[in-house]
Amino acid sequence: MKKKIQNIIENFGLPRIIIFLFLVLLFILTPFVGIRFDTSINDIIVRFGMNGILVLSLIPMVKTGCGLNFGLQLGIIAGILGAVISIEMEMIGFTGFFTAIGIAIFFAVIFGFLYGLLLNKVKGDEMVVATYVGFSSVSFMSIMWLMLPFKSPNMIWAYGGSGLRTTINTKGYWFHVLTDFLKIKIGNYIFFPSGTILFFAFLTFLVWAFFKTKIGTAMIVVGSNTDYANSCGINVDKMRSISVILSTVIAAIGIIVYQESFGFIQLYTAPLFMAFPAVAALLLGGATVGKASIKNVIIGVFLFQSILTMTPSVVSNIIKSDMSETIRIILSNGMIVYALTRITRVRT
Amino acid sequence: MESKEKYLLRMEHVSKDFYGTKVLKNINISVKSGEIIGLVGENGAGKSTLMNILFGNPIIHETGGFEGKIIFDGKEVNFASPFDAINAGIGMVHQEFIFIPGFTAIENILLNKEPTRYSFFSEIFGDKLNVLNREEMKKRAIEAIKILGIELNPEIIVKEMPVGHKQFIEIAREIDRKLLKLLVLDEPTAVLTESEADIAMKAIKKLAAKGVSVIFISHRLQEILDSCDRIIVLKDGSVQKELIPSDTNPREVAEYMIGHELTKSIWKSKEIRKISETILEVNNLWVDMPGEQVNGASFKVNKGEIFGIGGLTGQGKLGIANGIMGLHPAEGEVKFKGKPIFLNNSKYVLEQGIAFVSEDRRGLGLILDQPIFKNITFTAMQIKDMFLKSLLGGLIKWSDDKAMFKITREYIDALQIKCESEKQLVRELSGGNQQKLCMAKVFVLQPELIFVSEPTRGIDVGAKSLVLDTLCEYNRKYGITIIMASSELVELRAICERIAIVDEGRISGILPPTAELVEFGLLMLGIKSKKRETIGK
Amino acid sequence: MRKKSLTKTMNPSVLFLINYAVPIIFIILIAFAIPLSGLSGLYFIRELMIRLSRNSFLILALLIPVMAGMGMNFSIVLGAMAGEIGLIFITDWQIVGISGMLLAILISTPIAVLLGYFAGIVLNRAKGREMVTGFMLAFFMNGIYQLFVLFGMGNIIPISNSSILLPRGYGIRNTINLLGIRQVLDKLIPLKIGDILIPVATFLVIATLCVFITWFRKTKLGQDMRTVGQDNEVARVSGINVENTRVLSIVISTVLACYGQILFLQNIGTMNTYQSHEQVGVFAIAALLVGGASVAKANIPNVFIGVILFHTMFVVAPRAGKALMGQAQLGEYFRVFVSYGVIAFSLALYAWRKRVEKENERKKIMNYRKSILAK
Repeated sequence: MKKKIQNIIENFGLPRIIIFLFLVLLFILTPFVGIRFDTSINDIIVRFGMNGILVLSLIPMVKTGCGLNFGLQLGIIAGILGAVISIEMEMIGFTGFFTAIGIAIFFAVIFGFLYGLLLNKVKGDEMVVATYVGFSSVSFMSIMWLMLPFKSPNMIWAYGGSGLRTTINTKGYWFHVLTDFLKIKIGNYIFFPSGTILFFAFLTFLVWAFFKTKIGTAMIVVGSNTDYANSCGINVDKMRSISVILSTVIAAIGIIVYQESFGFIQLYTAPLFMAFPAVAALLLGGATVGKASIKNVIIGVFLFQSILTMTPSVVSNIIKSDMSETIRIILSNGMIVYALTRITRVRT
Repeated sequence: MESKEKYLLRMEHVSKDFYGTKVLKNINISVKSGEIIGLVGENGAGKSTLMNILFGNPIIHETGGFEGKIIFDGKEVNFASPFDAINAGIGMVHQEFIFIPGFTAIENILLNKEPTRYSFFSEIFGDKLNVLNREEMKKRAIEAIKILGIELNPEIIVKEMPVGHKQFIEIAREIDRKLLKLLVLDEPTAVLTESEADIAMKAIKKLAAKGVSVIFISHRLQEILDSCDRIIVLKDGSVQKELIPSDTNPREVAEYMIGHELTKSIWKSKEIRKISETILEVNNLWVDMPGEQVNGASFKVNKGEIFGIGGLTGQGKLGIANGIMGLHPAEGEVKFKGKPIFLNNSKYVLEQGIAFVSEDRRGLGLILDQPIFKNITFTAMQIKDMFLKSLLGGLIKWSDDKAMFKITREYIDALQIKCESEKQLVRELSGGNQQKLCMAKVFVLQPELIFVSEPTRGIDVGAKSLVLDTLCEYNRKYGITIIMASSELVELRAICERIAIVDEGRISGILPPTAELVEFGLLMLGIKSKKRETIGK
Repeated sequence: MRKKSLTKTMNPSVLFLINYAVPIIFIILIAFAIPLSGLSGLYFIRELMIRLSRNSFLILALLIPVMAGMGMNFSIVLGAMAGEIGLIFITDWQIVGISGMLLAILISTPIAVLLGYFAGIVLNRAKGREMVTGFMLAFFMNGIYQLFVLFGMGNIIPISNSSILLPRGYGIRNTINLLGIRQVLDKLIPLKIGDILIPVATFLVIATLCVFITWFRKTKLGQDMRTVGQDNEVARVSGINVENTRVLSIVISTVLACYGQILFLQNIGTMNTYQSHEQVGVFAIAALLVGGASVAKANIPNVFIGVILFHTMFVVAPRAGKALMGQAQLGEYFRVFVSYGVIAFSLALYAWRKRVEKENERKKIMNYRKSILAK
């Protein structure tokens, strides 16, 4: 029995168990601190839809052994480009939403291609290089947002100065087009954002299906065992590049869905640290540096977003001050440090 | 009793088993001060285990220690770690370099035994904060190099040195130890040119003249005969014979090393098939495979035959297949069915109908965390577009799990692979079944020629014969040419029609399976006999 | 396996350009930006003087882990946090002047040792990816620091001086005024040349650290670190305790960073309780890399060249941005971009070269074998 428990802890990971127990505690506490249970659930579902695709975008790169994509910001930048260009073009509703995605994919493929080239040159050090590629591209784009000749009055500063605003409202363009699509209302407090969830499910299906094809299979082989892949005649670098492009494209779509649901496009330094919560969510779902599945994405996003939703309300009610930011920092970064120190090699 | 006192080292009744397998049986060896002992033996004869015991290598203690006793310098010893052995005065020079490439020769020779000067801070923080005494270091390095008798600037960074000199750094490091009494050299000349090897041997003799005993492990028999005082031949974990070089000859040593045969031949087939059509022609092949380099090997393989490649470990017999298959950088001319093939391109070679059952089963032969059916079909899917369904007019190539299951079941039956289902993870299978899986993976490709490396390594006896029988069956039934590299002469001589022996990265000769055993031994030891008949050149 | 023509064409001057690409680009950038900024020479020298005295110590703290092969130590942020905790306490107790600073050092040293030890152990468990782990560790510990300072102080840890507490009664305010120790070291030995104040004592402290590092390299421990840095395995078989040596290098670095942060904040005179340490690692590392260092090699000249080049850019960029585009904001973004970009570029370049060099080494050995064996 004791051994069995030890085994479970070993497999599941101590931090994950602690977080899970913490979450259970939060749920138990909700009624006692006077928070509506149903609104909390609703928040969690909405946030799940908002963030799910960003986390999903990490999967291809982990599968080919490129590690956790700390350069997620490249995809986000492509997404933002798509979003602001579609608004500049005055595209509204679903047309606007899909135009944004189309343009975003275009940029994401280019960025992903270059990013992939770089990551193939630095095998073994992908993660640290990716982190700083992400940071520097965000800060480079900050300059660009100031300088690019956007004209739409809804996006540039009202009082004359050049450059885009720090946040751009998607209301009037494609705000909640997905969220409100087939939306189901349950009572006064709960609604189910069917459109967002369906879209997430659709992309998840595409990713799953992709790994059933010849190329997808080859990518799994590369990630499982590079030597084996070589001996099968698989072009390892090419497969890695494809996975990087794929990850970047999905991230670009992910941020547009996020903006659609959130209501704002955040520019400048806002995307700087967006990679970490996504990575933390995936790890929380049971992934490791070398192994991740769609199951990990769904469990991870659910757990992570639950905690982010519940802690501020519950904890603030207990200690009368907002600890949520601190808890978020400890939780997400602690999860990543933990994963990095657990050296799991595919080969034994 | 008195005579024993002269001996520096006595190993008495030393036995050792690993998980029930006896690898050393009642070994008795004694070494006098200033004596050079040559230690000769096939792979697996027990040389390295014996040295591990002498050095107190942790692996010995982890596997339950050893029987017998070791008396070194008059005291019974059982070293807990190599560092204890070093402190007692035993040094070892390894075949692979152990040094810091970015350091100077001086720093490497004195690695972690640097003389220091007192500094005030060491009072508070310990000896580690004493300052290195650079002059003293240089003096000692130069002394050690002088004993070696080579021209070597000690201030030069080792990375920039000629490769041949690097080996001397390690020898010099051992020489520098003031209390060095016994030096073990494991194939120290393998990377040296002839003149460098001469210098090294001279240095070793000089050292011996100063009273240091030397145990010299080498497969270069001539070197051993030229410089040792005594030769100890190990075979199957026991001392087969002790010889004095002046009273013996290479043939005798080879015979003791490889053993006599009771029956004339173990060749299974009745006759040697007459095959003349060449399928593979290899000319001057160089392969940069770590530990198994190939240095200009040339040979021809006939269509439909089973061609064996033998030789001692590390001599390059495994490098040939790995090089041709594009797994390690290779150069040279390889013709398949008369057509030159490109090297360093695995995909191309596989597409030509050449496949490979690797010696590194768990490393690159299989994906351990994937199920059986995927392991069998991955390569065929990538190379031959098998097990794929075309969707949307060929736009999407969708994996066809049903076809995969079908073929997997066929091979599970045909090769008698023991498993729960075709979905079982490969990691959970036994070594023998994993090996069969590797073969199935290759047969699925329907190749014309397959390389098989160490097919029976690490699998049990029953599985061994099944693996060999399967190879013969596929050879006879489908006419697949097989090139099999193995450390086991017995199995090579059982199923191969011709056997090439590789020594120092080249083919030193090709023999029929019916040739005398000692002939194989002589080829392995790098002795070229003029009388020897070789076939099929 | 595929032909790498890149490696063959590398003649020494190309190699030099690649090795020193970062400083060279920087010099060119600055050469353009200085005239654009329109800053006077005197202003410029004064600024540089301040920045040299302020930042050098922190950057010097990075050198020892590089020696031990652990790359750029992103976890020096932990040391900075330790220093800040010391400063919070002396502000609370209102101990001023040099004695206040010394007390801060006394309080924070054990904390820094402890944090450094912890960081060292964590990094030992992440061999081969020390940098990304150190970086995440700094983020993680920032959370712990917040927990400690924002929720623990004035609560579990007694703080008597309510002026540094948040209005709610516990937790430290966002900014703390360090008037008591403001520039006490800088002005300890007064020296003015013209209008420019020379912080003689601070420079003396920095010089002492340089002497210490130079001396440390020559000790047995220093040699052990170099050995470990070059090859863990060889170090291990020759009897060096690899793990301990690596932890020690991080402990030393963390303690030095702690002192560096105290020195930095005594110059500034105010402390952003929750932000002052956040960018310490990034800016120090970027500066060191700009000075021509790499992940595997960094020395004292790299530190000073780095401070001068990097901070010249810092001073100049906003002004140049304004002159060029009419927006100071542009320069702000530009210098952030440069900090991150420099690190990204250097890390990528190093990782790439490491691979190419390994291949070249094998090629060299192969050619040697060919030359002696092919007759």
